[in-house]
Amino acid sequence: MTMLKLNSAAELEELRARILAGRDPAKPCIAVCAGAACDGMDSAAVAAAFLAEVGRQQLGERLELRTTGCHGYCEKGPNVVVTPGEICYFEVAPADVPEIVAATLKGEVVERLVYHDPASGAPAVHMNEVPFYKHQTRLLIGDNPKIDPMKIDDYLAVGGYAALVKALTEMSPDQVLDEVKRANLRGRGGGGFPAGSKWETTKNAPEKTKYVIVNGHEGESAAFMDRAMLTGNPHKVLEGLIIGAYAIGAQRGFMYTRHDMPLLEKHVRNALAQAKEYGLLGENILGSGFSLEVELHFDVGIFVSGESSALMRSIEGNAPEPRPKYVRTSVSGIWDKPSNLNNVETWANVPQIISRGAEWFTSIGSEKSKGTKLISLSGNVVNSGVVEVPMGTPLRTLVFDIGGGVRDGKTLKAIHFGGAMGGSIPASLLDAPLDFDGMSKLGAPIGAGGLLLMDEDTDMVEVARYLMDFLTKESCGKCVPCREGMQQMLQTLTRLTEGRGRQGDLELLEDLAEVTGLGSLCALGKTSGDPLKSMFRYFRPEYEARIPDRAAGGSGDQK
Amino acid sequence: MCEQKIDAIIEKYRGQPGSLIHALVEIQHENHWLPREVLQRLADALGVSFSQVMQIASFYKTFSLTPKGRHEVHVCSGMTCHLRGAAKLLAKVEEITGLKAGETDADSRFTLETGACLGSCSIAPELIVDGKHYGRMTPDQAEDVLKRYE
Amino acid sequence: MSEIVLNIDGKEVAASAGMTVLQAAQQAGIHIPTLCHHEQLEAYGGCRLCIVEVEARGRKSYVVSCLYPVEKDIVVRTRSEKVDKIRKVIVEELMAHAPDAPELVKLAEEYGADRNRFEKETSFCVLCGLCVRYCDEVKHKNAVGFIENGAVREISFIPEIAAKECWSCQECFTLCPTSYAQAAYLLTEALAFPGRRHAHAHAHAHATPEPERRVIPITPVAATA
Repeated sequence: MTMLKLNSAAELEELRARILAGRDPAKPCIAVCAGAACDGMDSAAVAAAFLAEVGRQQLGERLELRTTGCHGYCEKGPNVVVTPGEICYFEVAPADVPEIVAATLKGEVVERLVYHDPASGAPAVHMNEVPFYKHQTRLLIGDNPKIDPMKIDDYLAVGGYAALVKALTEMSPDQVLDEVKRANLRGRGGGGFPAGSKWETTKNAPEKTKYVIVNGHEGESAAFMDRAMLTGNPHKVLEGLIIGAYAIGAQRGFMYTRHDMPLLEKHVRNALAQAKEYGLLGENILGSGFSLEVELHFDVGIFVSGESSALMRSIEGNAPEPRPKYVRTSVSGIWDKPSNLNNVETWANVPQIISRGAEWFTSIGSEKSKGTKLISLSGNVVNSGVVEVPMGTPLRTLVFDIGGGVRDGKTLKAIHFGGAMGGSIPASLLDAPLDFDGMSKLGAPIGAGGLLLMDEDTDMVEVARYLMDFLTKESCGKCVPCREGMQQMLQTLTRLTEGRGRQGDLELLEDLAEVTGLGSLCALGKTSGDPLKSMFRYFRPEYEARIPDRAAGGSGDQK
Repeated sequence: MCEQKIDAIIEKYRGQPGSLIHALVEIQHENHWLPREVLQRLADALGVSFSQVMQIASFYKTFSLTPKGRHEVHVCSGMTCHLRGAAKLLAKVEEITGLKAGETDADSRFTLETGACLGSCSIAPELIVDGKHYGRMTPDQAEDVLKRYE
Repeated sequence: MSEIVLNIDGKEVAASAGMTVLQAAQQAGIHIPTLCHHEQLEAYGGCRLCIVEVEARGRKSYVVSCLYPVEKDIVVRTRSEKVDKIRKVIVEELMAHAPDAPELVKLAEEYGADRNRFEKETSFCVLCGLCVRYCDEVKHKNAVGFIENGAVREISFIPEIAAKECWSCQECFTLCPTSYAQAAYLLTEALAFPGRRHAHAHAHAHATPEPERRVIPITPVAATA
């Protein structure tokens, strides 16, 4: 048995060289996507069919097969990408497999399975020609089709862990922290808070024991990019975490994720084990003297456990009741130790910031929102999936160029960001750029990045009712304004949707939204009224129409 | 033997109050529900108050304090599924099974659940039975799918 | 023991590091309403009635004074239009569940709350957690706990423990602002271990006699319009 443990950066680079030497870039490789939606469309059967076909014809020497994480074009799954050339095949069925195999061996393309423009029928064969992909900047998710998440060697082959090597061997913890601060990496989980500042607060907390946490909970409805990232490329996230732990001075890390995805659990557990085996985790990483242990924890089915202090209670084994933020968790978190929590996507950004530098990172994006953002595009959209664009990209690009517009020939009424704690804006505002602060000002904060398209038939009162219903079920119940206030808002909205609206209902909703917003203990209660606020700002007439005898056009204060 | 597996799980976490949730997840996975008697034994073994165990077990919706049916029928109620017709799908499934969310039928055949977004929004609206995804479901198709499960 | 000076309602108040705004205010004789707060228990921050306006470093925020630590030079207002509105709505929301609770009736009067603003859902419990926390932090018995989450959260007496502990203790009954804790206990006793009280008394007839305990009567309060 060969000893896998790498004891130095040099050994890692030797291993990487060996891996690359053993791989022939000219050898065709067929990558089948096993992301959540493709898996739901039985991509496993497609992968099995490829395996059987390659076995039957004994093509192991001539063809590489790979099962990967989410490619991104979920709408058109099951997705298959063939390299070299990044030929994209869509809606692949097991019956298509022999044809694909035959064509690939001959260096040809199966025309009927590639993308065709819906209007003209013109084909787009390569990934950089397909409209969905070509308007993106896939710095984070671009590697997914190249990696089998169960194989650390695949990650090493695309340059993985080089950033960790640089951090451990060429930079001090302070220098790493400084780089992340200068990159202005802002939290991708919804807060948009500067990660570097949070790291610094944790680092400077007097207590020696420190923790780092990956928040992979992704409870925001219609957000699925974190799962795509973590299931498809767990090592990238882990690498970011280790670099962060080094900068902060943490000894222990926690990956916190959902209980309901067996594949995610399998990939993460395997990644942790493989990293440990290679000496990239555990005692004395790569001989640097830095040690880190990482464990996996699960939520058990409630949204509020995505809130950082509630999450920490959950890791401790307690009920996920958030603590009021007067004591920052970066100073007193899990078991009262300084704990730095960041979202999956935030951590995934760290390796490239270290490898390519803060200057490079800040050259992408807008003035105050740097880098790219993963967006889950769904709702009444033609092309749903996980996309990645630079910050500052106009929403129009996301909706039309990438998303392909509204399905079933309908018109766009509104787009919604931020799930149950976000807001809806009308189609007239589509030229707004994707930007943390800009979108917040408009009343539709990016949140985690779940972008929903709503068509002309959408009932905006029902949307608000639905979101409030979701939140009331997820409330922990500790504080009065959230528990009671949301319940009352829900009952009022339910009456409105059932045609039992009363005079004074809208004012009541505004009062409740205000008090719940100011008085609640945590972000769940505090932002619960935000979708309503955006509704009143842009869609008020629809609400007024549900109140009997309301004077038409005389709606009073219009903000 | 389920009993033995549950005992093994309790023993594994003996004396570790911080592992309450891990223990509950494993028992739920193994047994599909959490009998009160098991929870009392768990409380004693881990050194946690029984009322704490009850709070956690009733708080998190993954856990079931009542026995479940042979098949778990899940209609996703995430935002995309909702926009794409989940309410109609749910109404049909309720009609077919005679159940409301959280209920199990008298023959212990089905337990109906609704729940938050499972992240496969591109195949909304979804019906998930025993973990198997049936995407882009229409209410008419629901009957055929459920027929396959005894 | 470092001294911190802050401003509460226009008054210069001296406090020591580690104190909360509530403690500093109480020490200075400034009243802030509370419901879920209790000296013997860890501050909870659940009812939010003690909410105050704090201005610090040029920014205004609304925080619960039972948990917010005193800081130098902050300006605290215990009453303002927004603070009063928040308290009023909280009282109205709680009165949907316990309209006759004496503390709520008094607060309703002070803040102009309408006890009928919200449709009644007479659970009688305001989920202040005093009983649960007292039994946990002071008595260490955990005879009563919370179950469920959100608006359907409840307190629940554990019959096996309550049967042994509650009758001879009863200390949480007087803490309860709505008398629901006592009612919940009695219901649990009636359903799960009726007659136990007498059996217990009989078995302990030769032990040191305990003072006679009786159920606390609930005084009905005249309903306001």
